[in-house]
Amino acid sequence: MKAFAALLDRLVLTPARNGKLKLLSDYFRDTPDPDRGYGLAAIAGTLDIRSVKPAMLRELVLERMDEALFRYSYDYVGDLAETISLVWDQEREDRTADDPGLGAVIAEMNRLGRTEVRSHVRTLLDRLDTSSRFAFLKLVTGGLRIGVSARLAKQALADFAGKDVGEIETLWHGLEPPYLPLFAWLEGKSDRPVLATPAIFHSVMLSTPVQEGDLDGLDPKDFAAEWKWDGIRVQLSGFGSTRRLYSRSGDDISGAFPDIVAAMNFEGVMDGELLVGGTARSNSPTRTFGDLQQRLNRKTVSGRMLEEFPAFIRAYDLLFDGDADIRPQTYLERRTRLTGLIERAPHDRFDLSPLVPFSSWEELDRLRMEPPDPVIEGVMIKRLDSSYQAGRAKGPWFKWKRNPYNIDAVLMYAQRGHGKRSSYYSDFTFGVWTELDGKEQLVPVGKAYFGFTDAELEELDRFVRNNTTDRFGPVRAIRAERDFGYVVEVAFEGINRSSRHKSGVAMRFPRIARLRADKPPIEADRLDTLLAMIEG
Amino acid sequence: MRPEKLLFPAPEGLYCPAGGFHVDPVRPVARALITHGHSDHARAGHGAVLATRQTLDIMRLRYGEDFCDSEQAVGFGEEVSLNAVRVRFHPAGHVLGSAQIAIESGGTRICVSGDYKRQPDPTCTPYEPVACDVFITEATFGLPVFHHPDPRAEIGKLLTSLKQFPERTHLVGAYALGKAQRVIALLRRAGYDEPIFIHGALTKLCDYYQAQGIDLGDLRPATVERGSGENFRGAVVVGPPSAFADRWARRFSDPVTSFASGWMMVRQRAKQRGVELPLVISDHCDWPELTATIRDLAPSQVWVTHGREEALVRWCDLAGIAARPLHLVGYEDEGD
Repeated sequence: MKAFAALLDRLVLTPARNGKLKLLSDYFRDTPDPDRGYGLAAIAGTLDIRSVKPAMLRELVLERMDEALFRYSYDYVGDLAETISLVWDQEREDRTADDPGLGAVIAEMNRLGRTEVRSHVRTLLDRLDTSSRFAFLKLVTGGLRIGVSARLAKQALADFAGKDVGEIETLWHGLEPPYLPLFAWLEGKSDRPVLATPAIFHSVMLSTPVQEGDLDGLDPKDFAAEWKWDGIRVQLSGFGSTRRLYSRSGDDISGAFPDIVAAMNFEGVMDGELLVGGTARSNSPTRTFGDLQQRLNRKTVSGRMLEEFPAFIRAYDLLFDGDADIRPQTYLERRTRLTGLIERAPHDRFDLSPLVPFSSWEELDRLRMEPPDPVIEGVMIKRLDSSYQAGRAKGPWFKWKRNPYNIDAVLMYAQRGHGKRSSYYSDFTFGVWTELDGKEQLVPVGKAYFGFTDAELEELDRFVRNNTTDRFGPVRAIRAERDFGYVVEVAFEGINRSSRHKSGVAMRFPRIARLRADKPPIEADRLDTLLAMIEG
Repeated sequence: MRPEKLLFPAPEGLYCPAGGFHVDPVRPVARALITHGHSDHARAGHGAVLATRQTLDIMRLRYGEDFCDSEQAVGFGEEVSLNAVRVRFHPAGHVLGSAQIAIESGGTRICVSGDYKRQPDPTCTPYEPVACDVFITEATFGLPVFHHPDPRAEIGKLLTSLKQFPERTHLVGAYALGKAQRVIALLRRAGYDEPIFIHGALTKLCDYYQAQGIDLGDLRPATVERGSGENFRGAVVVGPPSAFADRWARRFSDPVTSFASGWMMVRQRAKQRGVELPLVISDHCDWPELTATIRDLAPSQVWVTHGREEALVRWCDLAGIAARPLHLVGYEDEGD
């Protein structure tokens, strides 16, 4: 447990990706089975451990300490699991010798009968040292937040074994904690694990954005283009009586989309976009992401919802045809099979993502900027001979989005960055003008911490340091007046209404595109401009 | 004599009218007794100052030759009479030269512990318990959450990180007096014999510690010409924590920021400060040390100051020991 606890302690405070990868791969190398597999599961979000109610933990700690002293402590620390881990020992205790393994701790917890939990947790807290206690409490209360994605954990596995992360992705959803066959294969002690059934989620293939020069030297004849639809990417899996709809990250969202699940009449694994509205074959329009959101994040769905916001699938690809794994075949071969399958699928719930004919990159560039449908956010470019590879490899698939939105905003607050940027003010909150209480005021509309060059960061940092008006902990308020302040051009991918923000809008993916030191703040954009972008 | 008559808080600091002196006054006074050299306890501008030789030396280093009108050095255990009051200095184990001051008159003895700790520390004389009627204790870490781990294990974390990230500079934040030298001494005892680079603010004090026979090994200034930060790859650089948010820190390539402090016990504290590698090394007592000390001394009264009075007063109540907070003005912690 100590090795895992030490890993968590460091991961939480390590901002840099490379630092996290190093910590993780060292942990996978140095920790024995099955502990490392359970550690991997805890980080990747696949761990199954009996949960413990915070109320019970509070009772356990109050058995051993005064309530007023506990309250002072909790007020100071602010986190229940951390408070309990720190105050559990009233005297100095030496717990260096005892170190129950993570695997053993999890197995014991999952074996307990209901009445045994309380005394078992008490005994365990007595055995663990402070840091391990914290890790254990976070696991059983489900509050483990360490800023590491499953993808990053897999990348660390790949680094430690010298394998390609795509191979791990391909296997991932067919394996379960503590991943013994996976580690045996990674360490060269056994063959690659074989999937027992294809009826699981398979990691999806992702694209990289087209950047300056990426398309130079590539022959348009080797590629197909499809529209990039603004819905959510899903995977459909149908085998025998099993019908499943998964989100891009592998969450089972079948329950929220009974209309789709009922219409699945194929055997295999399909990749597509989940949208709301009508299919091309039923001649009704595709509706916006805002409409789709009405159907998302629900466990169940009402009859009225189904009627008002009908869902359908626009199919992109086919991974398994029946139980045949066709991922190694080419895009064209897979698409031929997909076409036949969609032909036989219900016309109101399934259509095929159409190809966009083009003969030169210039032509495609024009098309992506003026797409024929407002729900299109750009084009996808796919190599005709590419296999279906899990993960985000550069080369086989590109995404080329239509131009981002741009506004001019005024910097309002700045916060110091992390790691390399810890001595720079590099996280900026920016605002636009609106009328509040009868006068023109700036209202914050978003936060951005990238997009600028190192030289530009120096300039912004200097401005912040020289024009601070107030400090709130790590945050500095910056001078932002009608005639004095700093204007930046902010680019973003989309904008939605949001009740969570004071301004009522939330941007997707904002970044600072250009510094506009030449512009007086009063000439920055107004909130009305942003609101109009939503209507569009 | 009633203890409240012998010693009580005044705007200048703790005042003993019978002896005509203040302890660790925050404003200039005629006669001051100083427990240790941290700037919230030792200030410039007093008339006569009575303190240990090392505390006086440290005050001179920090404030210059004329930091007071006249000074008198006192050794540990040596008795000094001031009017009808007898005072005696005893080691506090906090930083080099740090003392507790026992003040006695008319059969009543009050011990002003200043800042103290009971963990072993290679850079200063260890704490010594002083039997007393009233014990004035600090409560900087006076909450049950504070359990300072073995400092050798904390230094072990730094050494592990140096092995894991051999290309990155390890910037260790440590207060200039006491903590910095303790961290360096701990590193040396753990077998680390590479040169250690120090911020300019640490030079005089480190030189003084070395002159006092505390071996800190090969120390070098962490100064570079602009753009040659490559020199510090894989090196340990020690500096005051305030410097890390400063432009000074930019000379180091991809640094791991570390901070040696008792506050690092709480994760959120570390996170807020952008600390990547917290080292829980403190020059103050943690909760078990505070409560054990009070139990061992068994004074008839405890006056609590300098931190989280309410929790420690509550603990004393539960343990049946008379206790109350001693409200002192102008005290803010510099150390830790």
